[in-house]
Amino acid sequence: MNCIVQAEGLGKKYILQHQARTRGVSLREAMSDGLRSLSRRIMNRETTQKTSREHFWALKDVSFEIRQGERVGVIGKNGAGKSTLLKILSRITDPTLGKVAITGRVASLLEVGTGFHPELTGRENIFLNGAILGMAKTEIQRKFDDIVAFAEVERFLDTPVKYYSSGMYVRLAFSVAAQLEAEILIVDEVLAVGDIEFQKKCLGRMGEISASGRTVLFVSHNMATITSLCSRCILLDAGTVKADGDPSDVVLKYYTGGASSPAIFDPDVSNRTIGDNHARLISAQIADSSGRVIHELDIGEAFNVSMQYRILDSVMKNVPNFHFFRADGTCAFTAIAPNVQATEPGDYIATCKIPPHFLNDGSYFVGLALTSFGQVGLTLNFYEQSALSFNVRDPMNADGIRYGYGGPMPGVVRPIFAWRIERMG
Amino acid sequence: MQISSQQIVIEAGRSARHYWRDLWRYRELFLFLAWRDILVKYKQTVIGVAWAVVRPLLTMIIFTIVFGKLAKLPSEGIPYPVLVFSAMLPWYFFSSTFSEGSISLIQNANIISKVYFPRVIIPVSAVVVSLVDFVISFVLLLALMVWYQFIPDWRILFLPVFLILAVVVSMGPILWLAALNVKYRDVRFVVPFLIQLGLLISPVGFSSSIIPEQWRLIYSLNPMVGVIEAFRWSTLGGQTPLYVPSLISSLTIAALLLVSGIWYFRRTERSFADVI
Repeated sequence: MNCIVQAEGLGKKYILQHQARTRGVSLREAMSDGLRSLSRRIMNRETTQKTSREHFWALKDVSFEIRQGERVGVIGKNGAGKSTLLKILSRITDPTLGKVAITGRVASLLEVGTGFHPELTGRENIFLNGAILGMAKTEIQRKFDDIVAFAEVERFLDTPVKYYSSGMYVRLAFSVAAQLEAEILIVDEVLAVGDIEFQKKCLGRMGEISASGRTVLFVSHNMATITSLCSRCILLDAGTVKADGDPSDVVLKYYTGGASSPAIFDPDVSNRTIGDNHARLISAQIADSSGRVIHELDIGEAFNVSMQYRILDSVMKNVPNFHFFRADGTCAFTAIAPNVQATEPGDYIATCKIPPHFLNDGSYFVGLALTSFGQVGLTLNFYEQSALSFNVRDPMNADGIRYGYGGPMPGVVRPIFAWRIERMG
Repeated sequence: MQISSQQIVIEAGRSARHYWRDLWRYRELFLFLAWRDILVKYKQTVIGVAWAVVRPLLTMIIFTIVFGKLAKLPSEGIPYPVLVFSAMLPWYFFSSTFSEGSISLIQNANIISKVYFPRVIIPVSAVVVSLVDFVISFVLLLALMVWYQFIPDWRILFLPVFLILAVVVSMGPILWLAALNVKYRDVRFVVPFLIQLGLLISPVGFSSSIIPEQWRLIYSLNPMVGVIEAFRWSTLGGQTPLYVPSLISSLTIAALLLVSGIWYFRRTERSFADVI
């Protein structure tokens, strides 16, 4: 497979103007600023002029290669440079440094309904939007029926779109984009539109597009979408590539941020107090059977999740419970300590042993919670979401359940139950 | 746009090498944008396209009364309304390309910041929209000629050539104004002023024969003078002489503005998406 996108040392600098009047610079301001600095120079006053400008690098030295047919997810916090990267790749803005070589036709979808005109009818907007997205007129004519059927707006085709409901508007807009046929498709956070049913339809369409072997570059905040649609993921942080590789691994890195180990949770690091007046979370970790902190586990290995907490004043039943999530956000299961009795104030450690051959391979996150049950009912003392994370590896031993099969196994758990196979008769 | 195996290199500080080829590839988008602007222009108006008729017609009537009847300016044997209207034709073309073209980029800011295409097609498509109004006004001029039983001669065959001249004359300024407007919104205030002033200093309401001979050349520095005179010459059957120096000055200034306009537009184009 050949390299279809090749970025080398990409950088984009923006100039921030630290003044109240930043938008809509007028000629008069440009001239009066010039005059002022000139007069300052003449009057020899205040020669060190305060810089009202600051450089801001939205992207710094970003390099990567994308091969044909790869589906690459781009994740990162707000302001990490995701949109800037997509804008450079789709040629909307020029990089300040570096270069990109792109082979093939690029279609970029940074917004649904770009160029939709409210006064025009649905039919007219399909043609206009198609042309803006780079489709030829004949291509749009050929796909017109598909677009209309996908959007479910047949009855309103000749109504100006300004009378459309927002749902219809978005459906029509996405439907045009869904018919784009380009070698490289660049998509920015546009799938989060419409109702649930339509979203499913959109995701299905994205899946089809990826399956047809086209290269997709896709920005999202929805980790479930990233892990299910993408074959590779790039994590951007403050304008640089922080991780690049398997989606679950990269998503894991994104969640854990800069922690020393994702298998240790210590609230002191971030100077936080977690808990209410009755109980506090002290720390938590994941360890193997010998007590060593670990975040990469073999599927056939048992491990312990433990949490230290302090009871301040309580005569209630303080029940520790752990919530396990997959990297895509689905809840795998909840582990709740059974038969807890009322406890005295003091420090406690709760350990939950996870048996071998239970979880499927992949990345998991653990939420830590303490719930108190008393006469008044139930109180949540604390819940720390995604406090710990770990990765379950399948060593792909020949003697396991794989029998040589190397592909992904479905499901969040993959238990080996007691089987008995007997020959009948 | 089916050129698939072609490689694009996006590099810092260097505009695309294939700029002019890209321009050709995006011709369909250009037509679609023009088509949209034409469709949208008179939507949700009561009398619709009739505005393209009413505005020049009213201006013509007022000019005929003020300059023809009250000031009694010479009309060189041509019915005064026809004299005025033959100049109104290029003038309305200028004023609408100026006002539409200079704001065109800003009006399409949402597309510019989300999709790539050669930005120059936006102001140019504004010219196409003005051409439609031009055709409507031209039909009106023919109707006026029938009314006054005025028959144009072979010179009217030159009209398309002068129309191209009018397009070239208007193109340079709108490239400048549209590109400047992205960064400096002052253009918004400058353009109506230019249009108002231009109507008075161009020979629209009167024949340029009333300009004293020694000032004629300086007067022709206004590139619209040459175009308007040429329009009169070709539509009025040569009853107003073609003043060649003004035509040459018009061409020269138009070419200068166009070349510098393209230069400035291309220089700033790359940062449009960042500052718009």
